[in-house]
Amino acid sequence: MNLIISLILGILFTASVFLMFQKSFFKLIIGVILFGYATILFLFAVGGLTKNAPPLISENGMEIEKMADPLPQALTLTAIVISIGVQVFVIVLLRKVHADVGTEDLDDLNATDRID
Amino acid sequence: MIHQIPFVQLPLWVLITGFVFCILFWRYSKIQEMIATISVGLYLLAGIGLLVSVYQNGIQVLQVGKWAAPFGITLVADLFSAIMVLISGVLAFTITCYSFQDISAERKKYGFYPVLLIMMFGVCGSFLTGDVFNLYVWFEVMLVASFVLIVLGNTKPQLEGAVKYVILSFISSGFVLTGIGILYNITGALNMAELSIAISECPDKKLLSIPAVFFFMGFGIKAALFPLFSWLPASYPTPPISIGGLMAGLLTKVGVYALIRFFTLIFTHDVALTHSVLLIASGLTMFFGVLGAAAQNDFRKILSFHIVSQIGYMVMGLALFTPLALAGAIYFLIHNILAKTNLFLISGIVKETNGYFNLSKLGGVYKNFPLVSVLFVVSAFSLAGIPPLSGFWGKFILAKAGFESEQYFIVAVSLLVGFLTLFSMSKIWLKAFWSPMPEAEKKRIKYNSISLFKSKYFMVLSSIFLALLTMFISFYPDYLISLSEKAAVQLLNPEIYINAVLPK
Repeated sequence: MNLIISLILGILFTASVFLMFQKSFFKLIIGVILFGYATILFLFAVGGLTKNAPPLISENGMEIEKMADPLPQALTLTAIVISIGVQVFVIVLLRKVHADVGTEDLDDLNATDRID
Repeated sequence: MIHQIPFVQLPLWVLITGFVFCILFWRYSKIQEMIATISVGLYLLAGIGLLVSVYQNGIQVLQVGKWAAPFGITLVADLFSAIMVLISGVLAFTITCYSFQDISAERKKYGFYPVLLIMMFGVCGSFLTGDVFNLYVWFEVMLVASFVLIVLGNTKPQLEGAVKYVILSFISSGFVLTGIGILYNITGALNMAELSIAISECPDKKLLSIPAVFFFMGFGIKAALFPLFSWLPASYPTPPISIGGLMAGLLTKVGVYALIRFFTLIFTHDVALTHSVLLIASGLTMFFGVLGAAAQNDFRKILSFHIVSQIGYMVMGLALFTPLALAGAIYFLIHNILAKTNLFLISGIVKETNGYFNLSKLGGVYKNFPLVSVLFVVSAFSLAGIPPLSGFWGKFILAKAGFESEQYFIVAVSLLVGFLTLFSMSKIWLKAFWSPMPEAEKKRIKYNSISLFKSKYFMVLSSIFLALLTMFISFYPDYLISLSEKAAVQLLNPEIYINAVLPK
């Protein structure tokens, strides 16, 4: 399972970086979303994957090896909420930029870098 | 009695309470203005209280929900945190006063004050937290609020700048999160004090360089280190001065704070490697920031590139890693927050004269508005490091620390950058203040010296307030220097911090 997760992570990170380097707004949004999920999945995976085990101790005391670590799950949950918030903000922002500046090409957003 | 006041949580409480009341009065921007002023005023007082109590009683710790560290979230205030909380209070209070007459009614209607309070809440939380994941959450609170502030008003340049700012901040948060994941995998800890112990006992020290790189990248983007700074000059000059000034003064410094905290408390396993990388990055940051400024011709853009350049000095102090150097870095941080923000505020006042930030269209400020010129001279020459102003003391301490640890090259770079800073500042002085205003722009002058003060007195007074503080730390530097030295000693002896958080 670790190998599959590592491969998925690699593909997600590669795809997100590739998409963020493109000029189109739409690809940027998809890239940002993939990057967010890649980091969250990474956080979850390096926290230690335990198969078929709840992050709880039963009343009679389950052995500690069979218990999943609850902390990465809590961290992941927090990170998901935050990254969804930021992603929504990015989508609305890019929509507004598209409406106001009238372009869909990131290279056209160079007014603030020009020396005047 | 005085011992029962919970100073560690007080700054957070006053800000969040102010925010809640602002939301209750969403439609009444006048009431919001009053609530925000009272709230940041109390925040400033709480900051003073926190600093005094930390100075007298040592590191203050609060275990949130009474869950003992390392299982719960810990709020920790050592001297460095307390100094940063206090200075952020000074800045928030000044900016709130400045914004009365600077921010348009439209922007106030769309929630300038509540967002300002929630951003300060995030900043203050980042300074006080003692847990790495919690630090990430505070950072996000601060960043999302700053995203809103930077686009507030929806002008075209703001939107364009915001795209760069938002995307790069999101990526930097991703780096921090990845670093936290790896750190948790290696050590199984998230509490900073516990991490510090776990890392000193970690058998495989080489592995620790991987999370160190991730945190360096993540906080490096936020602090605008070379080569990760390109978002800063593109976005900070776009919003109104109150917002731009607050971000310029405070947000990148939160990144520097996080770098100092991480690379003194946690990543001290291989100082030769990590701190040489920091040293090289600091030299390049100083140099390329100041070169970028030399090419610009817009008041705010010159100042924005100088933010980058000055970040280099603070990181240099961290990289040299001696008590004197860290004290210099903390002194420089305070000096820079005051001087840099004041320069932004002055650029806003100068803009009121004829409506431009462009240096080729400005002029004659010295002749028409002598008071504004005096304020500019104090802050600009302090930034450039002319003795006896505060920048000189900061650079002097850093250079002395550099000589003591025999890093002559970085000292040479820092002195050269000082000269180039003086060049940019005299460029602004020459074009905006000394030379006469171009004939074509003269009809746009709205004020004379008296009427400017009468209609924009809050803006001028807040700028005077910051200039007076700069003068104070210039002429009486020993108070702040001795305080910074004490804070540096605490930073370089992590066992003080660890013993306070995890009592045996």
